[in-house]
Amino acid sequence: MLELLKQPWPWYVAGVLIGLTVPALLLIGNKSFGISSSLRHICAACIPANIKFFKYDWKKESWNLFFVGGVAIGGVIASFVLTNPNPMVIAEGTKEALAAHNVKDFEHLLPTDIFSWNSLLTLRGFIFMVVGGFMVGFGTRYAGGCTSGHAIMGLSNLQLPSLIATCCFMAGGFIMTWLILPFLLNL
Amino acid sequence: MTTENTKTIENDEFELKATCINNSEIKKPWTANLVYAFMGMLFGIVFVKAEIVSWFRIQEMFRFESFHMYGVIGTAVVVGMISVFIIKKYKLKTLDGEQVVLTPKTYNKGVIIGGLIFGLGWAITGACPGPLFAQIGSGYTVIIVTFLSAVTGTWVYGYFQDKLPH
Repeated sequence: MLELLKQPWPWYVAGVLIGLTVPALLLIGNKSFGISSSLRHICAACIPANIKFFKYDWKKESWNLFFVGGVAIGGVIASFVLTNPNPMVIAEGTKEALAAHNVKDFEHLLPTDIFSWNSLLTLRGFIFMVVGGFMVGFGTRYAGGCTSGHAIMGLSNLQLPSLIATCCFMAGGFIMTWLILPFLLNL
Repeated sequence: MTTENTKTIENDEFELKATCINNSEIKKPWTANLVYAFMGMLFGIVFVKAEIVSWFRIQEMFRFESFHMYGVIGTAVVVGMISVFIIKKYKLKTLDGEQVVLTPKTYNKGVIIGGLIFGLGWAITGACPGPLFAQIGSGYTVIIVTFLSAVTGTWVYGYFQDKLPH
């Protein structure tokens, strides 16, 4: 059993479990699934700076911070207890295309030649970690949600704005992957 | 309470409802939140074990070279839709006996502009907000920088909110 859990989990197992998070949160405590709002609560709790957007009772939303704290702990368990004994299996086409653009590490969840403390102060590392992170935080809040709040919770509740948001997430991703990333990877 | 006060409160509530929120009116001690930490933990395990937090899986998705992420998101949405349908149809109550409240999402131009910006960032970092936490837990400590940058992005949005097109 443990050996089986250590293998990468198939999409249908993950999809069902993630989908069930929606009713679980609703039925346990009337909470709507969403993760990017945790970033807003952190701002509201730590650096509200008298900005209207951060003046609300964040403590009422603290469940969300417990949830994301749990996600980090889950990451520890999955990576250090249920460690996958094998290197990542990556689609050949993706591997070749990335290798042609200076990506060298295909063993880990992330290419450590891009995402590491050593490369943080290189132009490429700065763009991938700092600029990219900024766009994720800014964009999700501007859009009113991320993949969990819009694509999963919003679509589950048949919300048109969430469908539009999800299409825009994908459109942005395609533009970056096909038009801009080849250039950024070569920096 | 004057009308003006009520209005301000309504506005604030509207603002807050733009994020995904707590719709329970019951006040509980902080320890009640531990159940959410536990659920987050299970969620984080799924994230990492199904490699959803992998930068490579996101690249494969946007390059149409793997079905994995489409399968994960598609299945999650279908399971979520059926669940919400059942909750609405049978008017299910929470464990505390409250009526389940589903907040509608509001549309404004930010959904498009912000959505595109997030999409661009998603393909660079290979992570939406949830996976960032799981990546840090997985030992990629440098992602703390990406996370802090995402918090900064959220803060900058809050600062300029009134000046941005919505």
